[in-house]
Amino acid sequence: MDQAMEQTKYLIVGSSHAALEAVSAIRMHDPEGSLTVVTRDAHLPYSPTVLPYVVSGKSAPERIFLRDDDFFARNKVSYRPKAALAALHADSNTAELADGSHLAYEKLLLATGASPAIPPIPGIDTVSYHVLRTLDDALKLRDAIAKSKQAVVLGAGLVGMHAAENLVKAGASVTIVEMSDQLTAGYFDKVAAQMIEQAFIDNGAKIMTGNRVVRLEPSPVGAKLTLENGTTLEADLLLVATGVKPEMAYLNGSGVEHGQGILVDDRMQTSVANVWAAGDCAQARGFFTDTQVMNAILPDATVQGRVAGMAMAGDPGIKEYPGGVPLNTYHFFGRHAISVGSSKVPEGGEVVTRFDEKTGRYLKAIFQDGRLTGIFGVNEFFDGGVMCQLILRRIDLTDVKERLLANPLAVGREIMSKTWR
Amino acid sequence: MVRAFNTIAFDAAKCDGCGDCMVACAQAKTGTDDIARSRIQIVGREKDFELALCRQCADPKCVTVCPAGALGKDGETGVIGWDASKCVDCLLCTVGCAYAGIALDEVSGHVSKCDTCDGNPACVPACPHGALKYITTANIYNEVGDWEDLFAPGLAGCQGCNTELLMRHTLRRVGPDTVLATPPGCVPGMGSVGFNGTTGTKVPVFHPLLTNTAAMLAGIKRQYKRVGREINALAIAGDGGASDVGFQSLSGAAERGEQMLFMVVDNEGYMNTGMQRSSCTPYGAWTSTTPVGAGCSAGMPSQGKTQDAKNLPLIMVNHRCAYVATASTAYMEDLYEKLDKALLASKTGFAYLHVYSPCTTGWRFPTHQNMEVARKAVETNFVMLWEFTPQKGLRFTKPVDDPLPVTEYLKVMGRFRHLSEDQITHIQGKVVENAKFVQRFSEQAHGG
Ligand SMILES: Cc1cc2nc3c(=O)[nH]c(=O)nc-3n(C[C@H](O)[C@H](O)[C@H](O)COP(=O)(O)OP(=O)(O)OC[C@H]3O[C@@H](n4cnc5c(N)ncnc54)[C@H](O)[C@@H]3O)c2cc1C
Repeated sequence: MDQAMEQTKYLIVGSSHAALEAVSAIRMHDPEGSLTVVTRDAHLPYSPTVLPYVVSGKSAPERIFLRDDDFFARNKVSYRPKAALAALHADSNTAELADGSHLAYEKLLLATGASPAIPPIPGIDTVSYHVLRTLDDALKLRDAIAKSKQAVVLGAGLVGMHAAENLVKAGASVTIVEMSDQLTAGYFDKVAAQMIEQAFIDNGAKIMTGNRVVRLEPSPVGAKLTLENGTTLEADLLLVATGVKPEMAYLNGSGVEHGQGILVDDRMQTSVANVWAAGDCAQARGFFTDTQVMNAILPDATVQGRVAGMAMAGDPGIKEYPGGVPLNTYHFFGRHAISVGSSKVPEGGEVVTRFDEKTGRYLKAIFQDGRLTGIFGVNEFFDGGVMCQLILRRIDLTDVKERLLANPLAVGREIMSKTWR
Repeated sequence: MVRAFNTIAFDAAKCDGCGDCMVACAQAKTGTDDIARSRIQIVGREKDFELALCRQCADPKCVTVCPAGALGKDGETGVIGWDASKCVDCLLCTVGCAYAGIALDEVSGHVSKCDTCDGNPACVPACPHGALKYITTANIYNEVGDWEDLFAPGLAGCQGCNTELLMRHTLRRVGPDTVLATPPGCVPGMGSVGFNGTTGTKVPVFHPLLTNTAAMLAGIKRQYKRVGREINALAIAGDGGASDVGFQSLSGAAERGEQMLFMVVDNEGYMNTGMQRSSCTPYGAWTSTTPVGAGCSAGMPSQGKTQDAKNLPLIMVNHRCAYVATASTAYMEDLYEKLDKALLASKTGFAYLHVYSPCTTGWRFPTHQNMEVARKAVETNFVMLWEFTPQKGLRFTKPVDDPLPVTEYLKVMGRFRHLSEDQITHIQGKVVENAKFVQRFSEQAHGG
């Protein structure tokens, strides 16, 4: 091995939620051990979740950072932006960075998150398009939106819908193309999706669900899209928001087992010694299944980062990962939607809904054996964190079900204060 | 050193759900009477009320899940602040918090949470039942945290020992220019005088007999005075050592006005040697020498101690000491105030501080319950917190106008579990009588 290779006790790859939580967890138990954070990004840490607000102009880009240099100095962390992991040599406990340098670690956390998944549409490499995952993406998109007159958004997940709303508000004519036959599938059910769709239509967006782009080609405006049903669309701004894929190309040949994501156990350890993974790049136990699943959401990235950091530092206070519970919040045209838990109705499950046309309040809850497995609301605020505990603790709600549905906010709090306050 | 913070405490037993706190909060924070917008939420039904309020967590989940850096814990105040100019209204914080401490204000469209009104919470004075308190004891812990702990780390006290807490606090406060006397009892038992030739303190410490603590300490103090050195003469003695065999030397030193601070850690028995009764053990209590059961006392059935406790601090008042006070670790601010006064008084005369100190092992309650037991003793008037100086007389420092029934105190520990109705009636009667008795002292002081 070449002369003096740089060494670090803890090496964390990535600088977002999972990584930052691991840093805190490690420092809680080991204030001194050398700790290095390398990240592909050029900036201080920030959240991908805030980016739609950078695009809309609500968040000033220089005010979104989650930590500053002083934080890293105080916590004795060497923070290195523009330092991407290129290859992992797990057999020799070394990480190879994109600039060819090597770093030896005692314990390694892979918290590299995810990147936009680009669908293999013929011609996609002949047109220019936007994605939204990094601050640089957001700044480009922000500038483009200001100039756009006719935009197309591919994918009606939360990322696409957020951007579409920004486009609408900026005055562009917007078309959303979604392969599946409903918006925000996976987060919200048909009724909720319908309410979201109506809000977009009311504000002038065009929505084409159950539609697929089969061809892309350059055009004088920008890009020309051909749909499966023969329709063609012209776009001066094309945003591809068709989902994400975990960032793990560096694993090649490392021996770290991976499926859809990097496979980890309940302490976020990978199949290889001294290597952990957490956040959007990891595939960990799901709360509702015994199998390992992708649960690429912010709250879960923090929980996983925390568990991984404690495991790496050998903190005896560690609690094993309980399994990922889907959680989402979504704001659209001044309304809000919250989803907690699984949207699938389990076998023998019971679904209860209530909808008030006048106020537009919608609530749906799913129970199995008197236990909550999912709760979803549009314009109906409840404490998502409390609901999540009801699910995680598998609390028997048979006796309070009716009251809970009538007033999830008050009754949720009542149960909270009796059970885990 | 980790900092302690002020906090809003809620006593569910005192809450009747009137909602005045919510009105006060809504008015202070939104300028309306809309209690749905209050940041403190009383929840529950009928007689069973609870609270949803930001706990200002040490490890706040709302902060970790905020994508915009809009939430942060203030290192000075401990309050989790919300920065409206950074918030993007995504509501993720409400999903992160398991305690409903941050929620959507539907009128403003933003989340809202308690900020303790910058240390002057509007809800607290609005509560007509005293169910809300703003606890500022944290200041003490922060200040004390900066003083040196003059006991060795790792004393061999029982788990959850109140005495260890008390003696560490006391010596931190009294400081390094101290000579410490610790007669036989729990204090040397857990290591104040040390092991294997090293002391358990970072100040000179000695181990008098049970009988001569005050006499020896008086001699040492006088010798230091003679050589012109100012020291604090401090005794930390148990109730057995002070009220039984040590009493004559204690009384003598008090009568002569020896310049010392004599602290009694009253755990109501000889706990260190196997929990024998002392003259401070209360009526009815089980100890190993006042057993409970049929035929266990020379063939006769026995129901715990058959005499009432001696009121040692009142006896000290009758010595007209420079300062006499009773204290409890459940009321740390009060204890520290008295410690300061006692220390000052000990420069010119005899200062006596009597601290009621529950014993998890001897009184039989779970080790984490110490403060709760100590608090219940005060809330039932089983013990009373007061101070006395010859100039100002006796004054209650934590008057309890509406004491809980004494059973609330008796039931939190095992040593009273066997009590008969008659015994409980006796104890309750004694509590009332004691309260009246001390009350008369205080009235004389003020009315006379
Ligand atoms: C527009 C948008 C909106 C979203 N909205 C929500 C929402 O409302 N609610 C929600 O729960 N979630 C939302 N998410 C998802 C949420 O942001 C992620 O779940 C979360 O950021 C995952 O955190 P992470 O730390 O695992 O990974 P990421 O945040 O993806 O961070 C990965 C980090 O790794 C670095 N990195 C990647 N590859 C390498 C490499 N090879 N070498 C070195 N460093 C590398 C990156 O620079 C980055 O710092 C949204 C995401 C986006 C893009």
